Amino acid sequence: MKRFVYINDDSYQDLYCDNHISNTKYTLLNFLPKNLWEQFSRFMNQYFLLIACLQLWSLITPVNPASTWGPLIFIFAVSATKEAWDDYNRYVSDRQANCKAVWVVKNGVRRNIQAQEIRVGNIVWLRENEEVPCDLVVIGTSDPQGICYVETTALDGETDLKTRVVPLSCVGLDSEQLCKIKGVIECPNPDKDIRRFDANMRLFPPFIDNDTCPLSINNTLLQSCYLRNTEWACGVAVYTGNETKLGMSRGIPEPKLTAVDAMIDKLTGAIFLFQISIVIVLGFAGNIWKDTESRKQWYVAYADEDPWYEFIIIPLRFELLCSIMIPISIKVSLDFVKSLYAKFIDWDEEMFDQETNTPSHAANTAISEDLGQVEYILTDKTGTLTENKMIFRKCCINGTYYGSESGDALKDTQLLNAVTGNESPVIRFLLIMTLCNTVIPVQSKTGDITYKSQSQDEDALVNAAACLHMVLVSKNGSTVGIIYNGQRMLYEVLDILEFTSDRKRMSVVVKDCQTGSILLLTKGADESVFPCSYRGQQIRVYVDAVEQYAQLGLRTLCLAWRELREDEYSKWSKLFKEANSSLIDREWKVADVCQRLEHDLEILGVTAIEDRLQSGVPETIEMLRRSGINFWMLTGDKQSTAIQIALLCNFISSEPKGQLLHINGNTEDEVGRSLERVLLTMKITSSEPKDLAFVVDGWALEIILTHYKEAFTELAVVSRTAICCRVTPSQKAQLVQLLKSCDYRTLAIGDGGNDVRMIQQADIGVGISGREGLQAARAADYSIGKFRFLKRLILVHGRYSYNRTAFLSQYSFYKSLMICFIQILFSFLSGIAGTSLFNSVSLMAYNVFYTSIPVLTSVLDKDLSEKTVMQNPQILIYCQAGRLLNPSTFAGWFGRSLYHALVVFLITIHAYANEKSEMEELSMVALSGAIWLQAFVVTLEFNSFTFVQVLAIWGNFFAFYAINFIISSIPSAGMYTIMFRLSRDPAYWITMFLITGVGMGPILALKYFRYTYHPSAINMLQKAERSRGPIYSLANLESQLRPVEKDVAQFVSNTPKMRNPVYEPLLSDSPSGTRRSSLPSAFDIFQSAQSRLSLSHARNIKDN
Amino acid sequence: MNHANNTGATSSSGSGDAANQRRTSRRPKYSKFTQQELPACKPILTPKWVISVFTIIGVIFIPIGVASLLASRDVVEVVDRYDNACLPSNATNKDAKIAYIQNRDTNKNCTRKITITKDMNQPIYVYYQLDNFYQNHRRYVKSRNDQQLRDKGKANETDYCDPEKTTADGKPIVPCGLIAWSLFNDTYTFTRGSENITVNRKHISWKSDRDHKFGSDVFPSNFQNGTLIGGKTLDPNVSLSQQEDLIVWMRTAALPTFRKLWGKIERDLKANDVITINLENNYNTYEFNGKKKLVLSTASWLGGKNDFLGLAYLSVGGLCFFLALLFTLLYLIKPRKLGDPSYLSWNRNPAGR
Repeated sequence: MKRFVYINDDSYQDLYCDNHISNTKYTLLNFLPKNLWEQFSRFMNQYFLLIACLQLWSLITPVNPASTWGPLIFIFAVSATKEAWDDYNRYVSDRQANCKAVWVVKNGVRRNIQAQEIRVGNIVWLRENEEVPCDLVVIGTSDPQGICYVETTALDGETDLKTRVVPLSCVGLDSEQLCKIKGVIECPNPDKDIRRFDANMRLFPPFIDNDTCPLSINNTLLQSCYLRNTEWACGVAVYTGNETKLGMSRGIPEPKLTAVDAMIDKLTGAIFLFQISIVIVLGFAGNIWKDTESRKQWYVAYADEDPWYEFIIIPLRFELLCSIMIPISIKVSLDFVKSLYAKFIDWDEEMFDQETNTPSHAANTAISEDLGQVEYILTDKTGTLTENKMIFRKCCINGTYYGSESGDALKDTQLLNAVTGNESPVIRFLLIMTLCNTVIPVQSKTGDITYKSQSQDEDALVNAAACLHMVLVSKNGSTVGIIYNGQRMLYEVLDILEFTSDRKRMSVVVKDCQTGSILLLTKGADESVFPCSYRGQQIRVYVDAVEQYAQLGLRTLCLAWRELREDEYSKWSKLFKEANSSLIDREWKVADVCQRLEHDLEILGVTAIEDRLQSGVPETIEMLRRSGINFWMLTGDKQSTAIQIALLCNFISSEPKGQLLHINGNTEDEVGRSLERVLLTMKITSSEPKDLAFVVDGWALEIILTHYKEAFTELAVVSRTAICCRVTPSQKAQLVQLLKSCDYRTLAIGDGGNDVRMIQQADIGVGISGREGLQAARAADYSIGKFRFLKRLILVHGRYSYNRTAFLSQYSFYKSLMICFIQILFSFLSGIAGTSLFNSVSLMAYNVFYTSIPVLTSVLDKDLSEKTVMQNPQILIYCQAGRLLNPSTFAGWFGRSLYHALVVFLITIHAYANEKSEMEELSMVALSGAIWLQAFVVTLEFNSFTFVQVLAIWGNFFAFYAINFIISSIPSAGMYTIMFRLSRDPAYWITMFLITGVGMGPILALKYFRYTYHPSAINMLQKAERSRGPIYSLANLESQLRPVEKDVAQFVSNTPKMRNPVYEPLLSDSPSGTRRSSLPSAFDIFQSAQSRLSLSHARNIKDN
Repeated sequence: MNHANNTGATSSSGSGDAANQRRTSRRPKYSKFTQQELPACKPILTPKWVISVFTIIGVIFIPIGVASLLASRDVVEVVDRYDNACLPSNATNKDAKIAYIQNRDTNKNCTRKITITKDMNQPIYVYYQLDNFYQNHRRYVKSRNDQQLRDKGKANETDYCDPEKTTADGKPIVPCGLIAWSLFNDTYTFTRGSENITVNRKHISWKSDRDHKFGSDVFPSNFQNGTLIGGKTLDPNVSLSQQEDLIVWMRTAALPTFRKLWGKIERDLKANDVITINLENNYNTYEFNGKKKLVLSTASWLGGKNDFLGLAYLSVGGLCFFLALLFTLLYLIKPRKLGDPSYLSWNRNPAGR
């Protein structure tokens, strides 16, 4: 499907929507129904609505319907208000954008209108620093060459300026002509691809040639970009309103559900079934009791004739009595604490990156608990583990290595001599470095030249060339100015054969304005450039150089060139133009045409660029691996570089501690055999204390994912570490999907646009707001400034969040179950007729107020200090394996609620027997008993008390009395004078003490016994931390490295999931390994870290 | 090579230059709350602490238990079950009992003699006790309308009063509902020898009920006029706030066995006094196997005779002492060093290492 945009022609413009932007979800009219519908699509809300409706039937309701309707309406009002507020803010920002004044050509004259009135086909005029109101095809700028600069930060997060050019047929038109221009643009229907715009433009006479002119993304100004460094620009509106690229890419991301939430849902379901069975049993018993006993009780006055529905009345009454088993407050409480967890991440000073001035941010506020349950981390390499700050280090030109000794080629006198000596291979090498890129030189007023570039590598190359006296000074349209040794040279860029991740190389065709010769300059990855070399060239030396640089962890690029004959070029140029203007499969066609030119190249040399590791990366990886998290590295870089970086950052261990298994091969069979072999080795050696890792490259991975998925899944489960090199973004996402399908919690971390799919696919996506722009950070659930913050994010925030939610959710069920059990017990003493012991006010306040407020302060609870957790990351296993919230812990809470209900009920009915057994009084005694127990339970379960917690627990306790005293002083209330009577009665206070003592005594004793004689690791660390301060177990550092795996294996086998044993360390069979482990020394790690750098280890790895 | 650089960078990046710090606007504002660094007390369950808690509970509970038990033992209580004893000798089966009690014309007077076991000091409370009577039944407990009882103008408010809402011809019953309808109607008179013991029947209900819940200008109307007569009839010339039996009865009991105050004897009774009770056995408990008892009881600071609290306190206190002792012994026999990291499973090297 195509769309035809008639430039400046009002008669066609009604075909498409106007430029009215609307991000709002609701309108005034549909807000209520739509919002209600959305809220009622949740099961919990449907349940509560059903209960609330049943309560309207006064025959069955045990309490005032207000006790359910009140909280229900409150909860709905809260979330509706939040939605409405968000939507209103969107509406306001939309209105601002819509009402902004823009200059548009109407009937040949420029007029100032509102942005929302722009129609497709209108010509929009922009001035410097203005925001682009809709998607435009630029047709004129203030620059005579037809160039303008835009900042696309709002669109893709990239902060560098991008060049946008006027299509060829419009170059040179003045503003008068631009107002009158007519033509047609043929473009695809709106889509969300912001990197692609395959269109054609044809201008109508009298404007120049009637040729179709190809348009690409370089000819567009997209909505929300800013015009920079250009006085004015004008363009034709092609997509407007919500149909712009930005508008189309605005999607509602699928909500992620945490493992904790899933578990809570499961438990809710179980409670629901339990409730139903109670209702059925009690309803049945109630009906029998009614027929046998109540009929004899003349004072109850059952009619002889029952209405037909009589048999369901008692079950329904019990359904309503038991409905509080599922606490209505849990959803609100969880939402509240979760948003606070997210705020704590935003506020965390220690995760603030000073260098880039970025605080951490939790974009998704709902999944903090999952951070504590991560099992696999899939990480990108460049920009994530490394700084993505490229520095030109070494090069090999024409077989000569430069910078080998000093480590910096720019200081290598040999190279400097060669430059001054005008050696032609060196000059050509530098020329490619300078010309073969998309870098824009920006000259400031003082005359300094800075470079704006999208690729850090290109930036490094241009800067390096400038150091070697080949300075890129200007780029005016297609003319590039270079100053070489003080001498100005001009080149005309004829064509740019762009870089794509498939081609892995880019070329430019330039015309030397001095000599008139046409040159093809190419740079790219070795494996994509070497095959293009001319037959007979000795590339052996370059292959060696690439190999050597890669082993040092450097990024390599091969530079090559060829001189083109005039006729060859002109023939090819036509093809290229054709391919570029095709609307279908343009990318593929262009690549094919480029292929035809890039052959018989002369390889000039290899550049080596260093990308330094970010600070704290090895420590972070080490720590997270100790906490039982498995690491996979997914990178687009080449294998040897990836392995080298992996060694540097503790990702894999060198021989003999670690072993690297390669999966490779070119054909299906080879890959299959290789995979089987690796899998077998993994299984055999899984009993050895070795860090096994496998390496696979993109090509083999493609074959594996299509043909050997099962075997690979098996391997993925066994292997704790993996390196996947040369993988595409979609493969990254596939790998995440694969691990997710094995029921693992995955976290994907990356910084670039190529990681976005992986980040969105994973359970948790973490983006590093790095140099490659903010694309990843925007797509992610969490964005952090540096990789090293990940350990704090997981170990501190994730762990605390999990612990707190685990307590909060189970406690919510506990207190609801407890009050419900009291009601059920009471029903046995009230003829199983479904009488509620508590009155409506008490019931509502109990659930929504008395028991909800104190427990909310669990967001401040810390079982261990941050420092202790950081020193003992293994403790994370409690969260990973879900040990604090699972059916068995829940059974404990369930038992406790039953016990407490029995205690409260039995003590109350015995202490308040005979002449004291007045309904209102007895009910208040039972309620007070429940409140007393709650205060002590919360106190016992909290690990740390700040003044907020103390205030919440005991303030709430006293508020209970204050509120009941107030209600007791209202004559019309059912509870009139009750609380005063009770508080004057010593028996009341004695009963309270008894309930507390009996209720808490066994729990304290049991907890103490377990704490002292069967302590969990958390308990032990708590004791260690509080009795002696933090433990610095340097001596244990070494031993921690090994036995942790055993521990993990044990823990893992305890988890409900079926899983293969991960690791079983036994006696090491390698002699050096034995020696090392028999000499526990804190320095061991550092020694081995140093030795990892040595080449011999790298060779060992290769031999495998 | 890079390794050294990196570690250096880590340590220096923490300090940060002051100028930079001031310039940054995006740095999160520091507060102890936002950094989760509020000063917190972190108690742990040390043996010392737990053992002393249990000891203290024991020390506090046992005296309270003794005091409660003594208070309960001080109370003198005389209970006389009369429901079966007051039946005519021919009423042996249930039907005969019901026929007897439902016959309005038979004389239901009955005389009981009880002996006071111990000296009883005034005031002596006279209770009637009903067993197996479900005042808390869902159908029963809701069958009342408080507005009608309180307010003269709201006589027509008979919501919730089913099935005793209105008379057959549609007039509202005041007080409506099953509770009022089934008002207890046995009566008692007490004599010691030939001397009448007066029973004070005033102020047996809660003052708050008389003042606020039952209107002084609300009079019974159409009460017990139906075909089926439940319990006591009310004098339509006495306002509800004066009908104290009704007020007491309408404080529904939460348990199926309950006592309600019938009156107070404001004189002392001596041990071995024989009290003769003339009672009218009107109330029908035979239909549902309920029991009727008459209770004379004194009261202590803790209420009536109830050993439960005292016994419970003594046993809980004893158990706490026992636990304290047990934990002390355990602590002495099998001491555990606090917070020894070597107990951590990942710090415990497997044998052979």
